[in-house]
Amino acid sequence: MSATTERPRLAVGRIGERLPREDAVPKVTGEFSYASDLSTPGMLWGDTLRSPHAHARVVSIDVTAALGLPGIHGALTHEDVPGKKLYGLEFADQPVLAIDRVRYVGEPVALVVAEHPEQARRALEAIVVEYEPLEPVVDMERALEQEPLHPDRPTMGHGYRDDRRPNVVRHLVIRHGDPDIAGDVVVTGTYELGIQDQAFLGPESGLAIPDGEGGVDIHVATQWLHVDRDQVAPCLDLRPEQVRLHLSGVGGSFGGREDLSMQIHSALLALHTGRPVKMVYDRAESFTGHVHRHPARIRCEHRATRDGRLTSVRMQILLDGGAYASSSTAVASNAASFGLGPYRVDNALIETTAVYTNNPPCGAMRGFGAVQTCFAAEAQMDQLAAELGLDPVELRLLNALEPGDSLPTGQVIEGSLPTREVIRRAAALPVPDQETLPRDPLRLPGGTGNTTTGEGIRRGVGFALGFKNICYSEGFDDFCAARVVLHADGSAVVHSAAAEVGQGVVGVMLQVARTELGTDEVTLAPHTTATVGSAGSTSASRMTWMAAGAVRDACRAALEERERRGGGEVDVERVHRHPRTTPLDPETGQITGERAHVALAVAAMRVVVEVDVELGLTRVVWVGTAQDVGKAVNPLALEGQIEGGTAQGLGLALMEEIVTRNGAIQNASFTDYLIPTALDMPPVEIELVEVPEPDAPYGVKGVGEPPTVVSTAAIVSAMRAATGRPLTRAPVRPDDICL
Amino acid sequence: MRQVALTVNGMRHELELEPRELLVYVLRDRLKLTGTNVGCDTSSCGACTVLVDGESVKSCTVLGVQADGAEITTIEGLAANGSLHPVQQAFHDHHALQCGYCTPGMVMAAVSLIEHGEATSEAAIREGLEGNLCRCTGYHNIVAAVQDAAGAMGRAR
Repeated sequence: MSATTERPRLAVGRIGERLPREDAVPKVTGEFSYASDLSTPGMLWGDTLRSPHAHARVVSIDVTAALGLPGIHGALTHEDVPGKKLYGLEFADQPVLAIDRVRYVGEPVALVVAEHPEQARRALEAIVVEYEPLEPVVDMERALEQEPLHPDRPTMGHGYRDDRRPNVVRHLVIRHGDPDIAGDVVVTGTYELGIQDQAFLGPESGLAIPDGEGGVDIHVATQWLHVDRDQVAPCLDLRPEQVRLHLSGVGGSFGGREDLSMQIHSALLALHTGRPVKMVYDRAESFTGHVHRHPARIRCEHRATRDGRLTSVRMQILLDGGAYASSSTAVASNAASFGLGPYRVDNALIETTAVYTNNPPCGAMRGFGAVQTCFAAEAQMDQLAAELGLDPVELRLLNALEPGDSLPTGQVIEGSLPTREVIRRAAALPVPDQETLPRDPLRLPGGTGNTTTGEGIRRGVGFALGFKNICYSEGFDDFCAARVVLHADGSAVVHSAAAEVGQGVVGVMLQVARTELGTDEVTLAPHTTATVGSAGSTSASRMTWMAAGAVRDACRAALEERERRGGGEVDVERVHRHPRTTPLDPETGQITGERAHVALAVAAMRVVVEVDVELGLTRVVWVGTAQDVGKAVNPLALEGQIEGGTAQGLGLALMEEIVTRNGAIQNASFTDYLIPTALDMPPVEIELVEVPEPDAPYGVKGVGEPPTVVSTAAIVSAMRAATGRPLTRAPVRPDDICL
Repeated sequence: MRQVALTVNGMRHELELEPRELLVYVLRDRLKLTGTNVGCDTSSCGACTVLVDGESVKSCTVLGVQADGAEITTIEGLAANGSLHPVQQAFHDHHALQCGYCTPGMVMAAVSLIEHGEATSEAAIREGLEGNLCRCTGYHNIVAAVQDAAGAMGRAR
C-alpha cells in the first residue's frame, strides 16, 4: 500500500501543505537576529578602504598615520595576508587586498580596526595610497582588443575553449545541426540589458571571533557556508577545520551573497587583534561589496518556415563580467544553453563570450544568464509572430520544447518539462477589462506623481516563455549533506548547512523530516560548518531539491538504524547527489555524456500594461503566470517566490539599472537605484503546474528563478504591444516609449 | 552631549546623546532594540520605521535629540502579554514575509496606517506603504495581511 499508511501517524506540516514560515514569529516580533544585529563583549569594528579608481597601478600604501589615531587597533594591507593572496568563488583571481593593481572602483585596498566604527572611518581617511591611474577597460566589445587585465588568464586551462583574445573569461560556441539552413522568413535584432543589483534589504555584515587557539569563528549572512570556509582558510593559512562558518540571519541574497564580502577581512582583523571584529556595510558600500547581474549585448537571427516553425537560430551573446571572474563562466554557459528559449530548434549557432573589464564585478543573480537571453529570444519570437501574422501564443505552442526533444547542446530532455501546458494555462487566464477614465491617479502610469488624467494611455498585452536549469551543471560535483539525530523519546534534530536566505528551505527541511519520521517533534540545529557536511549553495534553484533529498535520505537511514538496534538514540549523516552531469565539449558546445544540465523548469507569463506615451511612464496592470514546479512542497511559500521573483523582473524591465561612468557606479543608493514599491506591483495570478521531476525527491523542482527569467521579457513584450516600438533594451527608459 | 528622555515601548530612558546621533542607532546600539533594521541610510526603504507619538517615522532620518520627550513604539513593543498584535498575526498567517528584514518597519507602517483609518482599500494600503521597500515578496501578501489586520482591528473596536 502507500507509504503513508505504513507510518504510525501523520505529522502536522507535511509536504504539500500550505504553511506559514517556520521563522515567521521571530521575524514579525523583531527577535530574529540578522547579521547586522551580531554583537559580543569586547567587539571591535572593522572598515575597508576601497579604490577610487577603475584601473590603476598601486605605487604605495602608507598606513602609519592611521595607526596613530585614537581607538585604532590595526591597519592591514596585502602584506598582512598570511596565506594565499588571491581568492575567488571558482577561480582565485581576486586579491584579498589590492597588491599592485586595482581593477574596479570599490576594490578593497586596506583594512582598519577600531573601538568604534567612526574611529575606523576616520582612520581610513588617514591612509595614504599612491595610485598611478591607467586607462580603464569599460566597453565589453573593445575589451577583446585592449590590454589584458589578467595577463595570466586565470580561467583558461579549465576545460574551456582556448581563446587567445585579451580579457576573455570564457568563450563558448554551441553548434547544433546546420545553422546555415534557410528559412522562409528571417528576423534579426540586437538587444541590451543594463546591470541589475540584487538589492537585498539587509546589507552585508559579519562578525569574526578568534578562538584563542589560532582559529576563527565567522558569523555571517551567506549562501554557502562551506565554500566560504574553503576560500577563507587558505588566505588565513589555516586548515579548514580551524575556520568555522556560522549562518546568521540573512536579509535576502538573490545571488549577491554567493561571493565573499568581508569574510576574510573580518577574520584577518580578528586574528590580528585577538578580539572579535564586526564589519557592516552601508547601502553605498553594499553596491560595490557584491557582484551584480551581467549586463549583456545579444545579437540574434531567427529563421522560420512560412507556417512558423523555427528552422535555425544564430545568437552572439556578450556578457560583461567586470573586474573578476566570479561565476561568469557558469553564467555564460547558462546564457548559451537556454539562449534559444524553450523551443525546439534543430539548427543553431550560439556564440557566447564573457569578458573581463574594469566595470563592477558581475556574477550570480536570480536567473543566472537565462534572464538576459530570455529577453532577447522572446523579443525575437514576438517579432517573428508579427512578421508571419501569427498569434504569439500559437507560435510558441507550435515550437514548444517538450520531453524527447533536444537542447542545442544535444541533451535529450528526459525529465519533466510541461512547456505546452504552462503556455496554455497562462494564456487561458482571463485578462482584466480596461478601466475607464477618469480614474484615481494612483491607477494611472506615474501613480503618485498625479501628472496626467490619462489621455496618453495605450494598453498592451504581452506574453513570454522562459526556462532554465535546476541544480548545478557541467560536471560540478554537487552534493548536499544532512544529519538526523533521533532521540529515544521519538523527537528528532536535523543538522544542515543549507542556507536559509528568506526562501524558506528551513520549512522544506522540517516538512520532509516530519513526513518521513511521522512526528511533529522535529527541530533544526543552527546552520554551521562545525557539525555537518556541506549543503552546497542556496542558488541555481537547487536547495529545495537537494536539502529535501538529503534530509529524506538521512531520516530513512535513521529509522533503519533504530530498527536495527531495536531503539535508543541514533545519529546519522547522509549525502544526497543529483544525477551526474558532464561538461560541454569545448569546441562544439555539445554534451560529452548524457547531460550537462540536471533538470529544467519552464514558466509562461501574460502581462497587461498601460503606457502613457506622453509621459513615458508605464503601469503594469496585471500579471498572469503558469509555472512548472514539479511538486509544490508548500504552495503558500511557492506563490510568494513567484510574486517576489516577478517583482525583480519588473524592476529590470522598468527601472533597475546600475549606471556607471568610466567604471564608477553613479547611483549607489536606494534614492537613485529604484526598486519596485507596493504601488508598482500588480496582482499576480498564479497557476501551478505539477508534473513530478522523475529524478528529484518527491518530484520537486526549484521555483525561485523561472519567474524572474520570464517576467522582464513578458512585461517588455506588453510594452511593445502598447507602443509599437521595438524596445530592445532593458530597463526601458521613458524616452524609449514617448511617442 | 544632551540629556534626553525617551519613553520606548512604555519604558522611560534618560540618555546622554550627542546631538548628531540618529534615533535608529539610539534604539539599536544604546537600548539594544535590534528589531528595527537599517536598510538604506537614506530614508528610502523604511526598514527602520518606528512610531513616534503614534506617527510612523523613518528613524534613520530623525535625530535622537529630536525625540526628546516622545513616546516611541518599536516592533518589540507591539506584542502584548505574549500574544501577537493583529498586524503581526496577519503577516504570519498570510506569508507576508520571506527574509523578514523589511518586516519590522513594514509592520509599524501598517499599524500606523490602520490606526489612522487610512487602510480603507487595497489601493490605499499600497499608497500608504509605498515608502517601505520589500525585495522578497512582491508585496501581494503584505497588502493582503494589512487588509486582514485592518478588518480584525476594526471589529475589535
